[in-house]
Amino acid sequence: MLELRNLSKTFNPGTVHEKKALCGVNLKLEKGDFAAIVGSNGAGKSTLFNAIAGDFFPDEGSIMLGGEDLTYLPAYRRSRNIGRLFQDPMRGTAPHMTIEENLALAYLRTAKHQRAFFSRVSKADKAFFRDQLARLDMGLEDRMGQSVGLLSGGQRQALTLLMSTMVPPKLLLLDEHTAALDPGTAEKVLRLTREIVAEAGLTCLMITHNMKSALELGNRTLMMDSGRIVLDLKGEERQGMTVEDLLQRFRAGAGKELDNDRILLSDR
Amino acid sequence: MLTIIQSALEAGFLYAPVALALFLSFSILNIADMTTDGAFVLGGAVSAVCCVSGHPILALPAAMLATAAAGFITAFLQTKLGVPSILAGIVTNIGLYSINLMVMGTSNLSIFQKASIYTLARDAGFAGSWYKLAVTAGIVLVVCVLLVLFLGTRLGLSIRATGDNADMVRASSINPTFTITVGLCVANAMTGLSGAMVAQYNTFAEVNGGTGMVVLALAALVIGETLIGKGSMVRRVLGVLFGSILYRLIYSAALRANVPADYMKLVSAVIVGAAIAAPTVRQWAAFQMRKRRALAGRKEEQ
Repeated sequence: MLELRNLSKTFNPGTVHEKKALCGVNLKLEKGDFAAIVGSNGAGKSTLFNAIAGDFFPDEGSIMLGGEDLTYLPAYRRSRNIGRLFQDPMRGTAPHMTIEENLALAYLRTAKHQRAFFSRVSKADKAFFRDQLARLDMGLEDRMGQSVGLLSGGQRQALTLLMSTMVPPKLLLLDEHTAALDPGTAEKVLRLTREIVAEAGLTCLMITHNMKSALELGNRTLMMDSGRIVLDLKGEERQGMTVEDLLQRFRAGAGKELDNDRILLSDR
Repeated sequence: MLTIIQSALEAGFLYAPVALALFLSFSILNIADMTTDGAFVLGGAVSAVCCVSGHPILALPAAMLATAAAGFITAFLQTKLGVPSILAGIVTNIGLYSINLMVMGTSNLSIFQKASIYTLARDAGFAGSWYKLAVTAGIVLVVCVLLVLFLGTRLGLSIRATGDNADMVRASSINPTFTITVGLCVANAMTGLSGAMVAQYNTFAEVNGGTGMVVLALAALVIGETLIGKGSMVRRVLGVLFGSILYRLIYSAALRANVPADYMKLVSAVIVGAAIAAPTVRQWAAFQMRKRRALAGRKEEQ
């Protein structure tokens, strides 16, 4: 489904601030693959997501999704096929618009609505939104006329999850999407994520600092360091892996000693 | 007295589309669009030229088209060429000064004794001595209804979301460049409509007639948002309309109180300043009240 070939990006080239953020990343995800990405701060995880989503264009390499070359497509064109959640629950929704209006915007991604500029939200759309909201089990289906700004962070993140998957994307990018939520809510959003991804058979990449969920969720675990994917676990090798093993492999993969001050990995 | 209120209402409706334009560009898209002054004059210029050639009704859509083009240039500068949004409007505004002179061929174009939408209404005996107000209010109310309907469409929602959360718009596969461009074109078309009506109302177009227009419209906008508050789109649009009328009533009251004409700009500045400061002052006063009550209550306990 997703294929990255030799993806490279250097920020501020030729200056003292030069930063090689991605150094020839190669990755192939099959349809339905759910891969968790771990790695230290600055390893290039979010940069990789930004490259896939189109926030910048790579210096070298190519991005293919479902047979389509995305490498030079602008971000808004890619988002027809890519859903994305950020760590900050505020980034995915428009606070001064109602829940219903937010959902209506997300629904624009369907081909059917792409050109229907002057169409309005129909009764059928509303009923559909209501059904979708009900599955979040947060009572949002009865608050569709309220501003999203009134919702809590967890509710907003759940809503964003719904918005990015209501029209099933070819690829779902989750950038630590539960990191800013309280443990209870985080668990709920994670459970929803698992359900929705499994149900629609979505191909999914998830950044996490939680070693445990990196091994439990999905079917693959990737580790990044210094702009490279240094470890790609799947199948039996992954099943036999413990959190402690993963930390060991981190050292082996990165080829250097674990620096506790810089590398913040939670083994929770 | 009645004539004063009547002319204040007329002015309120005449200039309301400019306030609605700022409502769209400033409140909704979160862009300070400085094209406004020049676009207002361009609308008047196109309208006057059309009246000279005997097309007073055609003058309105023609003016809107011309000013939408001006809005397009501002949008193009800021979305495609990376000019900061305020600067983009100022650049267009400066260029428009020459364009406006070119359109009119003179700095002051009189259309006195030419047919206008107002003379047409008067000659048809429409609404008696209130014909000017009836025509203007009719047009502006249609604009309000269309604006509310437009903001409820998918394109309208996309424009609203662009000012609210551009990240999210991009993630919904909408091009923010496109929504900003449409938004600024529609906003400036409304400014142009106002300029077109004002030119026909005054029976002349003047190249400096738009000076300070953006500030006056902002005052109307802020008065509306302060007094009517935020809520549904209908309420917000009506609030802007109400603000525009109230501003003109205050202005007329000042004129009535024999404030010399030279001082009217100062009066405008005071109204604008007071309107914008009102919410902060109100908050401050409420806080002081609460504090005093709480402190008094504490003293009683002791």
